[in-house]
Amino acid sequence: MRTILFLLQKEFLQIFRNRLMLPVIFVLPLVQLLILVHAATLEMKKIDLVVVNRDLSTWSGRLAQKFTASPFFRVQDAGNNQEAAQELLRKGQADMVMVIPAGFERNMMREGEESVQWLVDAINGTTAGLSYAYASAILADFHRELLQETGYSAGMDLPSGINVRERYWYNPKLNYKIFMIPGIMVLLVTIIGMFLSALNLVREKELGTIEQINVTPIRKYQFIIGKLIPFWVIALFDLSVGLTIGYFLFNMPILGSLPVLFAFASLYLMVILGLGLFISTMASNQQQVMFIGFFFIIVFILMSGIFTSTETMPAWARTVNIINPLAYFMRVIRMIILKGSGLTDIGREMIAIGIYAVLAMGLAVWRYRKVT
Amino acid sequence: MAAHNTPVIDVKEMTKTFGSFVANDRLTFRVERGEIFGFLGANGAGKTTAVRILCGLSAPTSGQITVAGYDVWTQSEQIKRNIGYMSQRFSLYEDITVYENIRLFGGIYGLSRRQIRERAGELLGRLGLENQRDTLIASLPLGWRQKLAFSIAIIHRPGIVFLDEPTGGVDPITRRQFWDLIYETAQSLITVFVTTHYMDEAEYCDRLCVMDEGRIVAMDTPYRLKQQYGAQDMNEVFIKIARKEI
Ligand SMILES: Nc1ncnc2c1ncn2[C@@H]1O[C@H](COP(=O)(O)OP(=O)(O)OP(=O)(O)O)[C@@H](O)[C@H]1O
Ligand SMILES: [Mg+2]
Repeated sequence: MRTILFLLQKEFLQIFRNRLMLPVIFVLPLVQLLILVHAATLEMKKIDLVVVNRDLSTWSGRLAQKFTASPFFRVQDAGNNQEAAQELLRKGQADMVMVIPAGFERNMMREGEESVQWLVDAINGTTAGLSYAYASAILADFHRELLQETGYSAGMDLPSGINVRERYWYNPKLNYKIFMIPGIMVLLVTIIGMFLSALNLVREKELGTIEQINVTPIRKYQFIIGKLIPFWVIALFDLSVGLTIGYFLFNMPILGSLPVLFAFASLYLMVILGLGLFISTMASNQQQVMFIGFFFIIVFILMSGIFTSTETMPAWARTVNIINPLAYFMRVIRMIILKGSGLTDIGREMIAIGIYAVLAMGLAVWRYRKVT
Repeated sequence: MAAHNTPVIDVKEMTKTFGSFVANDRLTFRVERGEIFGFLGANGAGKTTAVRILCGLSAPTSGQITVAGYDVWTQSEQIKRNIGYMSQRFSLYEDITVYENIRLFGGIYGLSRRQIRERAGELLGRLGLENQRDTLIASLPLGWRQKLAFSIAIIHRPGIVFLDEPTGGVDPITRRQFWDLIYETAQSLITVFVTTHYMDEAEYCDRLCVMDEGRIVAMDTPYRLKQQYGAQDMNEVFIKIARKEI
């Protein structure tokens, strides 16, 4: 323990004396958040939705009206001509078609449930996934209104094949920025944590200072913990900066508990830092760390569900995501911040990431060699 | 002295290969307590390779090796508690100060805060570096850094210290000063294992082991080596040994 304190003292001295480190720690998160949130949000154009209304009732009209009112849809009315609507979809002039069946209002009244049919141009998976997410949120909202008015308790079927969870996403204004901020914070702490720790360790190899450490009776775990804690603290600090910016600048609501979020983030960062250090124990210079690190990070980011829920991904991708730490944090941070999920809701993920943390740290300690 | 019966370093048939390249070829030698033992050899002779094995930094390919009575195969961590090592590549942390380096390594070796403060004071006094206590290592001249690295390598008062080309890149006068420091230390019965390719430095050793292409080609006191080869100085010895090879 004492040994670790001496190591930490040295690491912090080095970090705070390094002119390049301070901007990386303090300015980078700001810039990244400000730029990426805008860039990622601009990506979304309005979704071209064609409504085929076969019911022509008050309720069906109101449902169509809800989509027209949404800032995310540009609605075209195709009357009850489904053929024409599908033609638009085929030509790429529409992204999505919603078919409200005849008898919609009647069935809703009687049974309390009814299906609407969705046809989605899924060439752009991201847009398709997002359209789905938005559309289901509007449906859920609509359904809530009806329930309040009529007192019915039964549920309305959502378009088949979409993820039921989406129905519960709590982002009532469908603000894509607010959806993206937690995702970008995940990227931020992941990249900062993984690369700072990995580059730091491999730099000691390049300079040869690690030899002087390896020739002492230091324990392997002491060395790894000494390398881990500084960047763990920095990444958690950056997470706080991100949350502050999100809260004050983007008016992002924080519905869940911050202690739960930080508890999860702490475990998550042990995974990331453990993996980063593991990579650097295998590499012999900074270039190698960058190559290997970026390879994993990019795969992990693309599969993490940052733009759209992982639930719309194919089965193999979801299987791969079992070992993708980013996918866990991406889900959990949005659940906590945007939905207000508590410890019980994320218990499964918490346990998984805890196990992963032990594995990643173990891997780093095991692979770090005092004798070559 | 009873200590002479048990060598502090005992090496039998030590071999290290990198793939098919033999960097250390069946080295056999003993180093007695309190000796200043030198490894002399040209670039690539295999000196660093041997030192790293003896320090428990690198595993040998084969051989029976004990350092301070511990086996390098199974007890490398015990060895590390009993030795100091100054590597060929300068290895103090350049971006922290003189005192911070002393404190770091003192702490890792388990010295108490008081011991660290006392020994730091002593060390800085001996080197005349009191005013440089809070200077970054990066802004010290090379000769001072080397003396400092040596002193920090023995901050925990080990029985053996390994110095791998400790005076690379400095002039003979600075080398001489460094060796005064080594003599002072060796008086307290510490064993010094030093590698070099400087002939003046070789003269300072109690006993020398001349290496060439991974093998030991001669081993004796500098005086007897000079006699044996009928040479004026170590430089001549070295040249004669090298000629014989051709
Ligand atoms: N990890 C390694 N892999 C492959 N070859 C190595 C490795 N380490 C050393 N060698 C080779 O072993 C030989 C001996 O190297 P070593 O560093 O022990 O020499 P040296 O006597 O210390 O030389 P110098 O005076 O340059 O320090 C060299 O030819 C070197 O290229
Ligand atoms: Mg060498």
